[in-house]
Amino acid sequence: MTVHLPPAGTRVVVAMSGGVDSSVAAALLVERGYDVIGIMLRLWAEPSQGQGKENSNRCCAPEAVADARAIARQLGIPFYDIHAESVFKQHVVDPWITAYGEAATPNPCFNCNRFIRFGFLMQRARALGAAYLATGHYARIDTVPAEPRSELPVRYRLLKGVDAKKDQSYVLHVLGQRDLARALFPCGEFTKEHVRDLARRFGLPVAERAESQDLCFLTQGDYRSFLVRQAPDVAVPGPILNTRGEVIGRHEGLPFYTVGQRRGLDIAPKSAHAEPLYVLRLDSARNALIVGRADELGTRRLTVRSMHYVSGKAPTAPVRCTAKVRYKAREASCVLTPLENGAAQVEFDEVQRDATPGQGLVAYDGDEVIGGGIIARTE
Amino acid sequence: MTKTSARRRVYLDYSATTPVAPEVVQAMQPYLTDLFGNAASLHEFGREAAAALDEAHIVTGCALGARASEIVFTGCGTEADNLALRGAAFAARQHGRGDHIISAPTEHHAVTSTLEQLQQLFGFEVTFLPVDGCGRVDPDDVKRALRRNTILVSIMMANNEIGTLEPIAEIGHMCRERGVIFHTDAVQCPAYLPIDVEALQVDLMALSSHKFYGPKGVGILYIREGTPFVPTLTGGGHERGRRAGTVNVAGAVGTAVALEYVAQQRETQAPRLQRLRDRLIEGVLAAVPDARVSGHPHNRLPHHASFVFKGVDGETLLMALDVEGIAVSTGSACTSGNPEPSPVLLAMGIPSEWALGGLRISLGYHTSDEDLDYVLEKLPRCVAQVRRAMSEL
Repeated sequence: MTVHLPPAGTRVVVAMSGGVDSSVAAALLVERGYDVIGIMLRLWAEPSQGQGKENSNRCCAPEAVADARAIARQLGIPFYDIHAESVFKQHVVDPWITAYGEAATPNPCFNCNRFIRFGFLMQRARALGAAYLATGHYARIDTVPAEPRSELPVRYRLLKGVDAKKDQSYVLHVLGQRDLARALFPCGEFTKEHVRDLARRFGLPVAERAESQDLCFLTQGDYRSFLVRQAPDVAVPGPILNTRGEVIGRHEGLPFYTVGQRRGLDIAPKSAHAEPLYVLRLDSARNALIVGRADELGTRRLTVRSMHYVSGKAPTAPVRCTAKVRYKAREASCVLTPLENGAAQVEFDEVQRDATPGQGLVAYDGDEVIGGGIIARTE
Repeated sequence: MTKTSARRRVYLDYSATTPVAPEVVQAMQPYLTDLFGNAASLHEFGREAAAALDEAHIVTGCALGARASEIVFTGCGTEADNLALRGAAFAARQHGRGDHIISAPTEHHAVTSTLEQLQQLFGFEVTFLPVDGCGRVDPDDVKRALRRNTILVSIMMANNEIGTLEPIAEIGHMCRERGVIFHTDAVQCPAYLPIDVEALQVDLMALSSHKFYGPKGVGILYIREGTPFVPTLTGGGHERGRRAGTVNVAGAVGTAVALEYVAQQRETQAPRLQRLRDRLIEGVLAAVPDARVSGHPHNRLPHHASFVFKGVDGETLLMALDVEGIAVSTGSACTSGNPEPSPVLLAMGIPSEWALGGLRISLGYHTSDEDLDYVLEKLPRCVAQVRRAMSEL
């Protein structure tokens, strides 16, 4: 296998955020002698309600733009901030809202990588004459000889970043051969600690903006209040049922709950429910929230839709591999069986507690990302 | 680690701003240091500044065919447009003269945004006239739109985005006959066209110093004597009570000198630039498929070439050219950046698949044939590169 390193002088666009990872990525590319151009995308954020607070997406707040611009200046590279609000809204936020309406718990980062970073931004990079788009992701790309009679002489592999704690290959599983052939992830070869050291060596700011669990386009409150304001129709109150079908409470709208959730359930405090209850399922047909005991939670078998295989080809037989059912879930052993229509069935060796429709399932062969899709059904 | 490769840089965005002429810098210098007084002060320091400011009013007035007392220095061209439109509208309101205003959708945002606010917050009614395929307002349309309650007409002298010259004198004459105030945004013009307020028959006119080799941060508002006007920047009695705020004396001095400078340069520069412009237009149309000139082919600013390219997003093309060291513009003040067609181009009836690709190349006193050689070499490649990328995904 070969690590992917284009010759010096090659034009590369680097997606900059003003943060330490993308800044170090840019500096490494400059150091390696590439013709580097920095671009920051301005993404959509919810317009703020009150006065005085700017409605900026957290990924590209005015301070972040200023930071990225200053770093580009320090590195001596051109820098552009490009407005991408409308495409981001259309391809990321709107489908995310729609998915909530379908009783799923969606992950907007997949569409962002597919349509915004490696779609809209890649297109701009190509328009500027760049051969590659680089990002600060913790992931790696290498090549192996292609199978006989393949279109390309090599196959690009998407690999986990060296730093297991920071690995971001999960959100990149949407990439295909053409994307990987044009992508560079300079930070993926290093640990976060090493990247910080590099930042110091390059004289770049190493301070990290406070990381938040919330999504970049939420400007106030959590996603629940966002949905109430932006898509009130998707949240309709309904019953909370136990696994015997008995109504034991009211929910405020299925989008406000996710599988495995325990807090915030409006259930009458009866002795019968002395045991803690968890969300087992969102039943959109009945607009019901199904709850149960911890030991009823979880599943071994999932159906996944919209499977995307990094190699471009679905395996012809069931594959023994590992998979993650959420970004922060632990990787677990399973057998992945490709089905018709881009679906797949995944059978884990052990029960997966957090498997939730709408989230991504990403399958690995060791460090290599096989592919992934959207969890459609848990059984 | 810093990249230091010597890259060719060609500045062709003189409609955005110009470098300050050396004689202008020299004239301003003393008023930034030794002669720093506030022109409103009674003492000797103040008197020195006031004398310079008086002189700047006289020189500026002369350059425009106006009286010194008709000149107001402002903070920028946008401010001059704002003061003019609100000043005239509020004065008409005060005297109960009417509330109807006529303008065009192709005006600069300094005008359209101000008029929209007058409409939304102050109850004025604004008619935006149609324009032809070259972006020109028909004086007959102005005549037809005039009503008994029309108080103000605002039509620019030359369009910033497409370079088209508007029939200002005709419209001015018509307004004068009807007793309607006429305002023009002439910000794009002084470096390339003579301006005489009497010939143009304007009552209000906005200019911006940095567009004619003067400093940034200075605008000029011409207010014809007798024009009803309510100040909207209120405070002290500066500029005869028409624009409160300590006057930028060095800027006013520099502006006056810049007007003298361009008056002297114009005669040789305008024909020279026109020849370069025509060479550029011919070269681009010959080398780039699916390209058109936007705006009027001849009746346009002599230094201004503007194009539309089918299926090309103008902002992306701008970046591709910048990477090659060529500084140009889309020509619109639009900062939304999302690839939306330009409202000016749409108003001219240009189809939206063309209207994304607006590109303005504005030449200046320092532009040479070699600069154009470089652009004519790079632009066709950049357009092809952008088109290829856009069709790939």
